[in-house]
Amino acid sequence: MATDPNLQELKIDYKRNPMLPWPFQIKRVKRETEDTFTVELQPLGDLAEFGFQPGQFNMLYVYGVGEIPISISGDPSNPRALVHTTRAVGTVTKAMDKMRRGDIIGIRGPYGTSWPIEQAAGQDVVFVAGGIGLAPLRPALYEVVAHREKYGKVVLLYGTRTPADVLFRQELENWRARFDLEIYVTVDRAMSGWKGNVGVVTNLIPRAPFDPRNTTAFVCGPEIMMRFTAMELFKRGVDNEYIYVSLERNMKCAIGLCGHCQFGPVFVCKDGPVFQFSQIKDMLVKWEI
Amino acid sequence: MKNYILERNELDSLINILKKRSYRIIGPIVRDSAIIYDEISSANELPIGWTDEQTNGKYRLKKNDNEAVFEWNVGPQSWKKFLFPPLQRIFATHKSAKGINLVETTKQEKQEAKPAKYAFFGVRSCELNAILIQDKVFLKGPFIDPFYENKRTGAFIVAVNCTKAGGTCFCSSMNMGPKAESGFDLALNEIINGKRHYFVVEVGTDAGADVVRSLKCAKATDEDVANVSAVRENTARQMGRSLETENLKNILYQNSEHPRWEKTAARCLTCANCTMVCPTCFCATVEDVTDLAGKQADRIRKWDSCFTLDFSYIHGGSVRATAKARYRQWLTHKLASWVDQFGTYGCVGCGRCITWCPVGIDITEEVKAIKENKT
Amino acid sequence: MEDLKKILTEHPFFKGLTEENFALIVGCASNVRFDAGHVILREGEEANQFYLIRSGKVTVELMTPNKGAVIIETLAEGDILGWSWLVPPYNWRFDAKAVELTRMIALDGKCLRNKCESDNRLGYELLKRFADIITKRLESTRLQLLDIYGDRP
Repeated sequence: MATDPNLQELKIDYKRNPMLPWPFQIKRVKRETEDTFTVELQPLGDLAEFGFQPGQFNMLYVYGVGEIPISISGDPSNPRALVHTTRAVGTVTKAMDKMRRGDIIGIRGPYGTSWPIEQAAGQDVVFVAGGIGLAPLRPALYEVVAHREKYGKVVLLYGTRTPADVLFRQELENWRARFDLEIYVTVDRAMSGWKGNVGVVTNLIPRAPFDPRNTTAFVCGPEIMMRFTAMELFKRGVDNEYIYVSLERNMKCAIGLCGHCQFGPVFVCKDGPVFQFSQIKDMLVKWEI
Repeated sequence: MKNYILERNELDSLINILKKRSYRIIGPIVRDSAIIYDEISSANELPIGWTDEQTNGKYRLKKNDNEAVFEWNVGPQSWKKFLFPPLQRIFATHKSAKGINLVETTKQEKQEAKPAKYAFFGVRSCELNAILIQDKVFLKGPFIDPFYENKRTGAFIVAVNCTKAGGTCFCSSMNMGPKAESGFDLALNEIINGKRHYFVVEVGTDAGADVVRSLKCAKATDEDVANVSAVRENTARQMGRSLETENLKNILYQNSEHPRWEKTAARCLTCANCTMVCPTCFCATVEDVTDLAGKQADRIRKWDSCFTLDFSYIHGGSVRATAKARYRQWLTHKLASWVDQFGTYGCVGCGRCITWCPVGIDITEEVKAIKENKT
Repeated sequence: MEDLKKILTEHPFFKGLTEENFALIVGCASNVRFDAGHVILREGEEANQFYLIRSGKVTVELMTPNKGAVIIETLAEGDILGWSWLVPPYNWRFDAKAVELTRMIALDGKCLRNKCESDNRLGYELLKRFADIITKRLESTRLQLLDIYGDRP
């Protein structure tokens, strides 16, 4: 690794300056759906491993194009492969979509709070994902599956747009085949012939097999979906203190200095993105906070 | 702490000593019909004999009836432009056949031949408090801003206590002035007593004491100190505006839907002037720019404002799309959420946002309207 | 019949009904089963019953001229299928199909709505319960309409 040509002049004190990206090389690009893809990255230089907590995010820099926050979607027990899944919707993600194996992406991170899965030990765990929101939850799912014996029932409720938009299809199938995981997928619209569920993800909550008085729920998706999900979980008997959500706001620095991601008194980049629902629920219903 | 005397004609000696100690001295000067801050090398460059008139949306310089050096109030610029520059290159990347190489620009800055350490000459109490507030923003962690730290560490501060209150000042009510209480190396109190024109010098730090020793200043008498107090009380008395802070945080949090926001938004041009002139506003964005050949890409940090639409943009649109939401964000941040974030208000009562608002929106009036539940 | 009564008692939909009303409803109930692919209700046809799904899965569909049949929603165990029997002109607005082998309890809506006309107390109780179901479906539909996972949330 020391002879890597990308690192000839790489003598930067990254600990001292959190504003500098570290070079990572693309190992693999995988198309997930029509507009989503997963990149697997490997650190260059003397950074051999990249540890992170499920729910944390990185800032990804494409040379000369820009930098954006993307949550980590890989397996936390494999710190040698950094995995990000995203939708190609903006300038940077579209540029990233064109990148191939061997290309360099700058990484700053990992940043932010994580899903408190340790705290959920001994309880049922309910994951509720909406759309691309499954990606930030996947590391937590890996973690829970890896230590399956520590948890009660483990349920994933996943809602997305159409059957063609279902992310991580193979993995979901594998998990569904296990007897100790309950996986339910629903879509907003489907043509006749689709054997799965149609309807919003909140419809799955009343029937899902978990004990609401002994459950921690991790929710990630569009803000409206998270609001209604939390409401439905609460109706079922899950306390707001046991519901966690992950928020999205504009982020430029990711280290609490640029002001963009403020949400009332909190900075989503450093106080979040994962929040206890009870902490932010009042602000979520205020317009344009 | 003892006070010292510096005669008006010795002001240059003070500047010379700072120069000798390799400080890059920044002080007030008159330029483009305003008092701004720039590099100075002698006391002659200071705004001697100038004063200003300020009110909502208005700033005018005028000749004073005396030769006072500091008998004016803060202009459009604050010291943040030196500690937190409007444009800052974060890094440079070079692309070559060998790959992409990053160049760390803080290191480059440190290695610059020019003396990097600033001496800020003539920092008012509100300004000093603004610096202390930005210290909390940039240096308290968990992450620190290495660029700010680099410029802030070792900066020498010569404070000046105001001898008059400006037309838009309200520092007294914010507990941020008019007297500089701490955070300075030296503080000057200008006194014109008949023919005698001199400064009573307060010492704030060892570095300040060291400078005073080199100046061989005489000690101030009780009468001098009494003169200073009289001037200060007069300044505080002159202050025409005030912002009532009692229970303010909760009141603002509870009034996010107050009709006043809508009413003010109808006047607000969302021009961002208030955030640009504010000495505590710290928001910034980054731009990634490349040269035409695509061989070099730089990341530039630029001051940003919560008044722009782009500021809160996430995929699908801006979170704060209306002027109402953006004005509310700015004011609520300054006077409520800032307290939760940094343990202090984000407002020092300098009045710049009132003076430089093109439509003359007055933050003290806005707070009053919400507190008194008026629209 | 005892079996049916037990199932109905345990279902939240029937909670809080008087003994008399409950007995009346049980009297209108019968077990039904549909194989996968079977059309349970067809748009435009007379709506004279509603169903309580015991097991299986049902799609509510709408035929569109150029896209074919679109699934509006799926219903499963514990859900109630059908409310057109309660609202004039008592015709089904959508198709409903069994996706897999589906067992349900069918309730005679025609008999019930006649009862409701004479017994307003029962009518109100049933209407309240259906209002709840309709509200939930409306809420879901509104969220679906937002297309929150789409390009422009």
